[in-house]
Amino acid sequence: MQAIMPSDAQSHAAIELTGVTAGYGKHIVFSDLSLEIASGQFIGIVGPTACGKTTLLKIILGVHPAITGTVRLHNHCTGSVKPGGLGYVPQLGSVDWTFPVTVEEVIMMGLYTNGRYWPWLSKTERISIHAMADRLGVYDCLHQHIVNISGGQRQRTFLARALINRPKLLILDEPTSGVDIKTQHEVLHLLGDINREGITILLTTHDLNAVASHLPWVICFNRGMIAQGRPNDIFTNQILTQTYGGDIVIVKHEGHLLIANSTPLNFMDDTK
Amino acid sequence: MEFLLEPFAYDFFMRGLLAAVMVGALCGAVGVYVVLRGMSYVGHGLSHAAIGGAIIGITFNLDFYAGALTMGLLAALAINQITKNSHIKLDAAIGIVTTAIFALGVAIVSKLRNFKQNFESALFGNILGISDQDLMMIAGVTVITMITMFFCYRTLLFSTFDHEAARIFGVKTNTVEFLFSLLLTLSVIVSLNVVGVTMVAATLIAPAITARMLTDSFSRMIVLAILIGSVTGIVGMYLSYIFNVASGTTIVLFSTLIFSVSLMAHSLRRQ
Repeated sequence: MQAIMPSDAQSHAAIELTGVTAGYGKHIVFSDLSLEIASGQFIGIVGPTACGKTTLLKIILGVHPAITGTVRLHNHCTGSVKPGGLGYVPQLGSVDWTFPVTVEEVIMMGLYTNGRYWPWLSKTERISIHAMADRLGVYDCLHQHIVNISGGQRQRTFLARALINRPKLLILDEPTSGVDIKTQHEVLHLLGDINREGITILLTTHDLNAVASHLPWVICFNRGMIAQGRPNDIFTNQILTQTYGGDIVIVKHEGHLLIANSTPLNFMDDTK
Repeated sequence: MEFLLEPFAYDFFMRGLLAAVMVGALCGAVGVYVVLRGMSYVGHGLSHAAIGGAIIGITFNLDFYAGALTMGLLAALAINQITKNSHIKLDAAIGIVTTAIFALGVAIVSKLRNFKQNFESALFGNILGISDQDLMMIAGVTVITMITMFFCYRTLLFSTFDHEAARIFGVKTNTVEFLFSLLLTLSVIVSLNVVGVTMVAATLIAPAITARMLTDSFSRMIVLAILIGSVTGIVGMYLSYIFNVASGTTIVLFSTLIFSVSLMAHSLRRQ
């Protein structure tokens, strides 16, 4: 089993945003946001649809420019991060599943930064891909088309692509969406294992219950940071109502937090 | 048997055959990226822009290729910029840019009314129209494109599959886009005299979509598309000689036949 150790483990801020204002044209999504995420953390950003989570991720990833402010990843300006220092897993919903690629070809894309120009894999690269596929449980489907594997295997395939270059920072966009509850649990546990090997992880999600039971640190976000802390401390009625703008019920059961919308379902009354 | 071997005795046929094999392989390789990037209509548009450019070029005493390349490249870059910097989608951008350049060429021809150049071969393809200069151009572009695609295989694959992730992983996606636009424009232009303006789009698309029916692997799809394109070029050129019709039509009809057969085989296999 191959451990996924970051190539250069130093103890400084993995992500540092200072006075960042973001938007599209004249539409400001959030303004003057300052945020620091230390190396080695495992953090989830939660918030309602259109709250600016994706814009925040795009700014951190360097694919959307901030209107004002600075973004630094491991002390480098975003966009100038050493290739391979940053791993990214896109939303599965944004992937073209009809594209003719096998699992092995997807993982190979992560090796782009190796500076090798031959189309085929070197022996070292093949060993590296096989080890990573084995580590993430997709070895048996390496030569299968991506549409023919399960939701969990798909998530693991893109995770393997992101991790193949041993990044120091891993960013995932909605890794729990579009998969069943068992796969959610598996993926989040796997991310926990990867984080324990020293990789900083930042993800966005809609799933409060999954975050509450698996992530050590959460940021509640709605066009700006509402609160951050451990799920047990910040998943309060007041903070979640402020984040989601509706009444939220929080139930504590055997050490677990269960979160639901408290609005009664009107169609129940129609049956009377 | 003698009848079948007869065309090989003619120089023009051998030249045409060589050109068709190279154009088939070239369009097969480039077509894979065109299809997977959802740009199937771009070959059709660029060929019109190129012919408009060629007319303008000849009017101003320039070479056919100089005018075609200038306007074809201009069209490709304009399409790229419009789709990147506005909400206008690719098909609309192709429609307006390439038709405008074609219209400009037609307007010049209409105004001057002294245009003597015969564009029939550029419209439908003609094996008799393949000159040594054409052959050299086709060979040059084919070699350059194949070498570039070979050494940029990984970046082209990544940026075609997932443009945003490729950029995040460090691929210089703007450079890749420019490079691809350049190769596509060159490929379309050198194909004009073999398959014709009206047939270029199918020559780009047919081998790629046929190969897609046969494999789920990207690397195998490229190899198959090159093979299918070459075979289609040979058979199409041969049929063109036998039935005495424009080479572009026979190449496109034969490639459509191969696609239809592979589509049926694919459907039967899935049942």
